[in-house]
Amino acid sequence: MSSIEPVKRRTPNLPVSPGLAMRVTIVGMVALALFSVIFFRLWYLQVLSGEQYVQQANANRVRDLPIPAPRGEILDREGQAIVTSKTTNAVQVIPSALPPAGAPRKALYRKLGRLLGMSAPHIQAIVIRERSAVPYAPVTIKTDAGKGVLTVLAERQNEYPGVVQQPVSIRSYPYGEMAAQVIGHVDEVNEDELKTKAFRGVTAGTVVGQEGLEYYYDRYLRGKPGVERVEVNAEGLPVPANLPPTQPAGGRSLKLTLDLGLQKEAEKALLEGMERARAGGKPAPAGAFVAMDPRNGQILAIGSQPGFDPNKFAKPLTHAEFNRLEGSGSAPGKLTDRAVNGAYPTGSTFKPITAMAALEGGVITPGEGLGAGTCIHVGAQEFCNSGHADFGSVGLVEALKVSSDTYFFEVGERANADGSVIQRKAEELGIGKPTGIDLPSEFTGVVPDKRWREKENKLELACEKQRHVSNCGIVEEPTGVWTVGDNMHLAVGQGELLTDPLQMAVAYSTLANAYSSGDGTGTVVTPHLGMEIDESSGGELQSLSYPPARHVHLDPTDLSLVMQGIHEAASQPGGTSAEVWAGWNQTAHPVFGKTGTAQHAGREDQSWYMAYVGDPNHPIVIAVTVEEGGFGAETAAPIARLIASKWYGVKGKFIAGSSKTL
Amino acid sequence: MPLSPITPAEQTPAPAAPRTLRLPFDPLLLLAVIGLGICSVITLGAGPADPSSGTPPSYYSSRQTVYLAVGLVMMGVLSRIDYGVLRRYRNGIYALLMFSILAVLGLGSAARGSQRAINFPLFSFQASELGKVLLTVALSALVVDRARELRARDTTIRVMIAALVPALFVIAQPDLGSGMVYMAIAYMLLFVAGTSWRHLVALAALVSVSAAFVLVAAPAAGVHVLKPYQVQRLTAFLHPSSNPQKEGYQQQESKIAIGSGQKTGRGLNSNQTSGGFVPESHTDFIFAAVGERYGFVGAGIVLLLYALLISRALRVLVMAKDLFGSLIAAGVAAMLMFQVFVNVGMTIGIMPITGVTLPLMSYGGSSVITTMLAVGLLQSIYVQARATAALKGRVPRF
Repeated sequence: MSSIEPVKRRTPNLPVSPGLAMRVTIVGMVALALFSVIFFRLWYLQVLSGEQYVQQANANRVRDLPIPAPRGEILDREGQAIVTSKTTNAVQVIPSALPPAGAPRKALYRKLGRLLGMSAPHIQAIVIRERSAVPYAPVTIKTDAGKGVLTVLAERQNEYPGVVQQPVSIRSYPYGEMAAQVIGHVDEVNEDELKTKAFRGVTAGTVVGQEGLEYYYDRYLRGKPGVERVEVNAEGLPVPANLPPTQPAGGRSLKLTLDLGLQKEAEKALLEGMERARAGGKPAPAGAFVAMDPRNGQILAIGSQPGFDPNKFAKPLTHAEFNRLEGSGSAPGKLTDRAVNGAYPTGSTFKPITAMAALEGGVITPGEGLGAGTCIHVGAQEFCNSGHADFGSVGLVEALKVSSDTYFFEVGERANADGSVIQRKAEELGIGKPTGIDLPSEFTGVVPDKRWREKENKLELACEKQRHVSNCGIVEEPTGVWTVGDNMHLAVGQGELLTDPLQMAVAYSTLANAYSSGDGTGTVVTPHLGMEIDESSGGELQSLSYPPARHVHLDPTDLSLVMQGIHEAASQPGGTSAEVWAGWNQTAHPVFGKTGTAQHAGREDQSWYMAYVGDPNHPIVIAVTVEEGGFGAETAAPIARLIASKWYGVKGKFIAGSSKTL
Repeated sequence: MPLSPITPAEQTPAPAAPRTLRLPFDPLLLLAVIGLGICSVITLGAGPADPSSGTPPSYYSSRQTVYLAVGLVMMGVLSRIDYGVLRRYRNGIYALLMFSILAVLGLGSAARGSQRAINFPLFSFQASELGKVLLTVALSALVVDRARELRARDTTIRVMIAALVPALFVIAQPDLGSGMVYMAIAYMLLFVAGTSWRHLVALAALVSVSAAFVLVAAPAAGVHVLKPYQVQRLTAFLHPSSNPQKEGYQQQESKIAIGSGQKTGRGLNSNQTSGGFVPESHTDFIFAAVGERYGFVGAGIVLLLYALLISRALRVLVMAKDLFGSLIAAGVAAMLMFQVFVNVGMTIGIMPITGVTLPLMSYGGSSVITTMLAVGLLQSIYVQARATAALKGRVPRF
């Protein structure tokens, strides 16, 4: 073969047709264009807007998780714990670690629900709610699952993906029902509450007081949650990072004016009294008591029955449970604090107020004999003593001692001619307006008079007109006018008078203060439960100051007669509660006590007792009432004696009085 | 147009053979492939533990190294084989393609709600990935068979149907991304082979209309051709901030990742990808990891390597000794271009999320080996072209 000539280089030197070349060029151009687009886009993202994306990325990574602050304790006046916090293992769910949404997750909820005794939709609802409240944080499903459940969860962890146990601090009420309505309970702050002033600055997920003192002093008790700054990944799971947490500031302790020993004894006494009333055939479904230092308004004991265990609120409450607590129809509500939110006529415990008003108003003179006979007749109406007793024509002291209704009916009749003499005095002493107690709510009270009746009528008419109904329920008969009979009923603590044990305690304290001051200057105290905020967790000791609402001046002579009347009632033979106080050292601890029996249409009478024990060093005012408990001397007065016995350290004795006065 | 006839080898002696065969492969192609492989292993190795499973990064990087090594070996083997023989087995290859896709549909295991893989004892095999290469070869052979009727409407229709059938099965798996790659390959083959412009424009119009139909009209009429999540993913990039918690979320997070990388990257501070804010940051969204960790510089290097890879593919296309080789190279180029642009575009928020892997970078054996096989074909075409050119006395340039 001949040698081969070197092939001359050709352009193009590849077997490419012009058509193919053109098309490949187009492809190449397209590729180039696309690369350019990508490069420009990258330039824009990384170089031009990089700064902004760095910020977004950083915001993505750090999450603030609240570290709950331990809630402050609530102590009695001696520093003994009434409410504490305890650590318990809560069953929690880490939302991001749950099985995928849909059937697998539902199956887990069902399984977990069976274990915890909860329904699957309920668990799901909790997870959804909490997750939106505090994203990335584990969701607590149940705080007190019990050892058995926790063991099962620990042993079969792989069967419950995303379910963990976490020690959490929960509120503990070691004394259960004791003073439950006053102390209140706690719960996680809800969305509506976050918008209120009371919870300004509170972060979602914080446990706050919901009722009672827990609510009222929440800003001290709740402390300040810490912040755990965790670096999280997209699953919301923390990744190791070295970010210093802000430690929580524990809540401060609240020291109460309550005396734990007295409180316990008083609760027991109320229960015993109710028990005995029931044994005597009375329904006695509910009752309340207040024991207060009349000098300064410090409440030493306060309680209401039926009660509830606030520990129930430490875990989620079912609807049915809550409804049971709320009470409905004939079942008395357990959540109502009857000592401050009851709305009761007071029966004869009101008489000292009437007497004071009548004396000072010049309606009567002390020695004037009134109330002869069994009944008083005004027009066609008949006003009678209980059991048609006839106390004869008696003076003021005797009338108070024996609790003569006819006497006070006459006083009421006379006072009506002078306008609102009794009403003004009642309000002056502390009835019919808020006392200012450090609780979220209290009953305002009603001291009815002519103006009040007219106002009510007007309200009713306006309401009927506005709502186009036949009756709004404010007043049954809006055309009714204030009658002398109304005033007579008021004079004996009946009729439309509505108040509560606390207001009565304030009124009696005013009398007591005026009496012990010697010159008739009566301090109208502001009853309160909070004494001081402890210096725990760095804060300074802070005394809570509840200055008196006002001072009133009562005529010393008139007052001493009234006080004599109720002292004799509790100490002299024939006095309505003298039997109850049999054997009591009246010299050391003189008792000024007045029974009351408030009548309710169609129901058993309500038993009342008001007592002031004039011990110069440890005076106490005690108010006791038992709904449908019968006569005052029979149920409420012995309870008051038990409370007083505890206060003065003498042996308590339950002696039911036989007085059938109202 | 048909290429100029090739002179039979026997007719021309080959004196230049020893000189031109010194490098039995395209070194630049190999450089791009190895470069991308290294980038992939580095990115995966620097990555975080998979937050959902706690898998350490070394798991991914070491396995990816094995895939790359196996792929390189397969590439080397394929480069020694004359791709021309594949034309003889075109029917078998197409049958294998259909069989493997149907097998996945039939007995494939469910992976994240999709059936894309058959699990073998040691590995799971994604038929739709390998299908890209199989389809390229089979379609190229089909086009060559009809080389004389390239401008006929019949040819266009046949080629499109031959691609559409497997594509629909793949989309049904559902692997929308691979299905779209199939169609891109077919379109590119027709384009390069010289199909009439009218057909090409008509096809493009058809694609637009059917896309509009599938995404807008059919759902409005209550017919769901695609699964709802696919539609949402496809359209989410048009309004990324409307629902940042859902479909737009991935892209939003991916953009934040890449943007926060700035010029030189965040290195160890890369929380977007390592914290799992960008999902699938070792597979579909690996470019976000590159962008965040190594910044504009790192992303630029990766893109330049792809540019090199694609330009070499186009180079091989034009230097192929025959139409079959050119078409295979065109198919491979289409596959690479489509995947790179769609995947990168997806991570930077200019393309919808379609579940297309980034060739050689994304973790995964099926994808890596498929790409390596495709590059192996390119090498084979390159080798054959050089051998032929040498026989003809040409000295081809790289």
